[in-house]
Amino acid sequence: MTRFAIRGLLSRKLRTALTALAIVLGVAMISGTYVLTDSIDQAFDRIFTDIRQGSNAVISGKSAFDLSEGSGVTEPTFDEALLEDLRGLSGVEDAEGSVDSDATQLIGDDGKAVVYGGAPNLGFSIANPDSRFNPLTLVNGEWPGANEIIVDKETAAKEDFEVGETIGVQAEGPVQRLAISGIMQFSSGLTIGGATLAGFDLPTAQRLMRKEGRLDEIAVASKPGVTDPELVREIQAILPDGTQVQGVGQQVESDAEETNEFITFLQTFLLAFGGIALFVGSFVIANSLSITIAQRTRELATLRMLGASRRQVLGSIILEALVVGIVASLVGLFLGLALAKGLFRLFDLVGFTLPNTGLVFETRTIVVALLAGILVTLGASLRPAIRATRVPPVAAVREGATLPPGRFARLRGVGALLMAVGGFAALAYGIFADGLDTTTILIWMGLGTLLVFLGVALFSSRLVRPLAHVLGWPATKMGGAAGSLARDNARRNPQRTASTAAALMIGLALVTLVATLASGIIVSFKSSVNDLFTGDYAITAQNNFSPIPIDAAEAAAMAPGVTVVGNVRTGEALRNGEAGFITAVDPGTQEVIDLDWTEGPEDTISTLGDDGAFVDDGWAEDNDAGVGSSVEVTFPNGSSKTFEIEGIFDPPSGGSPFGAVTISAAAFDAEVPQPRNLYSFLKMEGGATDENQAALDAALADFPNAKAQSREGFIDNQISGLSSILNILYVLLALSIVVSLFGIVNTLVLTVFERTREIGMLRAIGMTRRQIRRMIRHESVITALIGAAIGIVLGIALAALLIYRVDFLVFSFPTLQVVIFVIAAIAVGILAAVFPARRAAKLDPLRAIAYE
Amino acid sequence: MNGNGDGPVVVAADVARRYGQGETAVDALRGVSVEIERARLTAVMGPSGSGKSTLMHILAGLDKPTSGTVAVAGTEITTLGDNELTKLRRRHIGFVFQFFNLLPMLNARENITLPLTISGEKPEDGWVDKIVGDVGLSDRLSHRPSELSGGQQQRVAIARALVSKPTVLFADEPTGNLDSTTGNEILELLRRSVDDYGQTMVMVTHDARAAAMAHRVLFLADGQIVRELGECNAHRILEVLEEIAA
Ligand SMILES: Nc1ncnc2c1ncn2[C@@H]1O[C@H](COP(=O)(O)OP(=O)(O)OP(=O)(O)O)[C@@H](O)[C@H]1O
Ligand SMILES: [Mg+2]
Repeated sequence: MTRFAIRGLLSRKLRTALTALAIVLGVAMISGTYVLTDSIDQAFDRIFTDIRQGSNAVISGKSAFDLSEGSGVTEPTFDEALLEDLRGLSGVEDAEGSVDSDATQLIGDDGKAVVYGGAPNLGFSIANPDSRFNPLTLVNGEWPGANEIIVDKETAAKEDFEVGETIGVQAEGPVQRLAISGIMQFSSGLTIGGATLAGFDLPTAQRLMRKEGRLDEIAVASKPGVTDPELVREIQAILPDGTQVQGVGQQVESDAEETNEFITFLQTFLLAFGGIALFVGSFVIANSLSITIAQRTRELATLRMLGASRRQVLGSIILEALVVGIVASLVGLFLGLALAKGLFRLFDLVGFTLPNTGLVFETRTIVVALLAGILVTLGASLRPAIRATRVPPVAAVREGATLPPGRFARLRGVGALLMAVGGFAALAYGIFADGLDTTTILIWMGLGTLLVFLGVALFSSRLVRPLAHVLGWPATKMGGAAGSLARDNARRNPQRTASTAAALMIGLALVTLVATLASGIIVSFKSSVNDLFTGDYAITAQNNFSPIPIDAAEAAAMAPGVTVVGNVRTGEALRNGEAGFITAVDPGTQEVIDLDWTEGPEDTISTLGDDGAFVDDGWAEDNDAGVGSSVEVTFPNGSSKTFEIEGIFDPPSGGSPFGAVTISAAAFDAEVPQPRNLYSFLKMEGGATDENQAALDAALADFPNAKAQSREGFIDNQISGLSSILNILYVLLALSIVVSLFGIVNTLVLTVFERTREIGMLRAIGMTRRQIRRMIRHESVITALIGAAIGIVLGIALAALLIYRVDFLVFSFPTLQVVIFVIAAIAVGILAAVFPARRAAKLDPLRAIAYE
Repeated sequence: MNGNGDGPVVVAADVARRYGQGETAVDALRGVSVEIERARLTAVMGPSGSGKSTLMHILAGLDKPTSGTVAVAGTEITTLGDNELTKLRRRHIGFVFQFFNLLPMLNARENITLPLTISGEKPEDGWVDKIVGDVGLSDRLSHRPSELSGGQQQRVAIARALVSKPTVLFADEPTGNLDSTTGNEILELLRRSVDDYGQTMVMVTHDARAAAMAHRVLFLADGQIVRELGECNAHRILEVLEEIAA
């Protein structure tokens, strides 16, 4: 039997290949994701190890609580006197101190800050270039002296920086002009994608970063014979508060933590889309198999008649699926490798060279990719295979014998409906139930979505007839006889049309979900900016979200015509012991932000003083706080202060610039050495005018990372970040739409094959090739539109459920996007029909009739 | 050499078969009782729609009667489950169809040995070669069905039916799709297998000359056996057919 299954597959090469493609793409996505992320991970591990070369232990500042990564809040610095103390220790051979900052902006020859994507701008001191701790080598020129800078090779090449040239550099204060002393690179030759590297001598770096007399880190090398734990113990004994020491291994791990978290996130994120593509692919597989089995009824019946048992039939179909699964997964696995390689090259081309130490092809990648592909294929083949066992032997001799309906056939519709309803229930439970942790929520939501899709897909065969009737109407008007036939064809096997459309339905449901959520976010955001923001201008970082040094706003305040400046600082703190963001405002904010106070006076913002705070109503409720109660705030430097709550506000649905707890900027600055503003809002004489804009731009000339925008500009810029995320999501979801496109191609090819005689007859009675092509094309478009119609409705329903739950979102119908999706669905239909239509048109009428 | 004992290999008693329900119901068979004797060729004749194919399907265990009983090689088959029926088909029943029903992706040899492959048996030494020689296909074994003529395809189908040495072989209009010369060759082949191997065979045919090769001819009309003849010539058979039609 094994041989027959494989022979059968070989005799249906084209059909088998088309079916397998559905799995190939999903598996490629999975394997590509693993290869890409593993490779990046390995390269970063190398970089992080290199950076610590020569060290046995590292001393760094320690905040009073764990800071969340990437918030711009850094560990506190410590007094540089510690360096001499360390050098005096018996176990210490060598020690060097350093400062660093990941917001060290270089100014290009065009006067703009040099930024590639979201990559960091790393600045650091090189106290002693000859020391064992220096991971860098000179490419050109000299190591930096006082008021000099050394930049990395990649950045120098991209920006045309040359040794001897003077460039602008900005860390905390205004831009400084420094001469380039040389060009350097990592000794290992590795590059960090898109990041700029700038090195200074220690005093210059301390001045730029406002860390005079202080250090971020000390690297220590031990005397021969002193083990790392011994060294760490000796250092520990003399460490002051607010510092810590780690062995180099541990230090490398904590250095890499943030990057690793990001890579893990990226991996999970991309895998999810691979999973979606596979899920869609499973529909394509199931559908193709069902059709082939229907077409092979006679063959299967003959086998049964010759004594093949049901189990043997089941086995042979499953075996076929297994072979397809294995081959498709293998192809996908290697395609993924190529995909990862291509992505590295792509990033290279756009100037965001990812660190690369060669592609990493782990066993785990092979196992997971193959297992996923094979299991999904097998799972998808189960239903068709069971159906195949119901082919009665008598079908071998009775023309037109049909499969007997399954025992539960009559319950199918009800079952599918129950499944969809159960899915919605699981989804709703995940979204609305209280006290679930994130993983549980995600599991419930994932399970729910899966069931909803399956249920709707199964039920949709009931919707095919009416939908085809309506959606096929334009075809009958445009396509004449071919159009009418196309509509009839789409309706004649509702189950087949439904499962073909289901694959597209899933992809479209997901893009519609994303579009509806995005539209909700944008509308809510706009309305809350309009509600809250009573000023004329806003100042933010160039990337719209990084907190920026407060000097920028101070410089802007000096611009002629500025009447009010309100700054919103952001940082991290423990609020009554719970870690999270806090914000701080200066009194001017009162005049540029209009909050809706549920408790406390209208002028709370301007009357906070040194020990006042205001909170949002959600936090107040969760913490049983009211006006007059107090909140204890612990800052990263370890000091705790108690603030009295003076007001409670109700944030608008689109959110506010404020964290749960807000204190005065004065109180904040007293505890945070390098305070940063998230936003600064300004009022100017005459409002938003060209002159005022010019005045602000001039005032901010020394702060290339800051930009002043009018209210509209501010809204647009804030939203633009969202649109790039949206575009990434759309691209990733497009993968599953491509899979469903193959599904339509596949169904059409199989259908054309099945209708060979019929098409021959149509040709014989006078249908032109063109009409045949048109007929297939219209059928394809009708199928795609059925998928689109169900998918879009489903996507909007799912989005509505989420939006209902999330307080800061309002529902808004994404009209433009829906129109685009419908057009896209039509395009998918037309595209899918090209090849099958050509095949159908090529059929020779005589051969078609004589067929069999 | 086939079956066990000397009695009839297939016994049908009062078999009725009704298709559909209510007003549109069709009674394809109405009380047919028949015994098929060992090592004999039994022909079944009758007008189109008289129930010949239905009877064959029921005797072969492919279809179930609405009422009545059928025993094949001593086993009552109307009450068997699918698995037992499948096993019974493997051991006791061969079938030759009007449309040859060969698997297109297998070559002639593979098609012939298919029943053995399915049941996982090893072909008896020399048996396959003997059949292949007898049906005259020795030089065509590696051809696919699409590379064979209709007559050759039917030979493959007959060899396939004989290969498992079934207790009884059913042939439903085995020459219906062939020209008369080829048809005659096929008929002779079938008859020879009855004479040479003692194969029990039931054959439906519309051709009086084909029926004349049988040991016994059953006439069906309107779902009932209306006449029965022993060995006789084509002329006599045509007369009976006309009587029935009248
Ligand atoms: N699956 C079915 N459903 C309904 N009626 C059927 C079915 N199969 C056969 N019949 C009816 O039963 C009757 C007998 O059919 P059967 O195929 O046995 O006739 P036949 O004698 O073999 O005819 P022919 O010589 O044309 O092959 C016919 O009236 C036919 O229409
Ligand atoms: Mg018949």
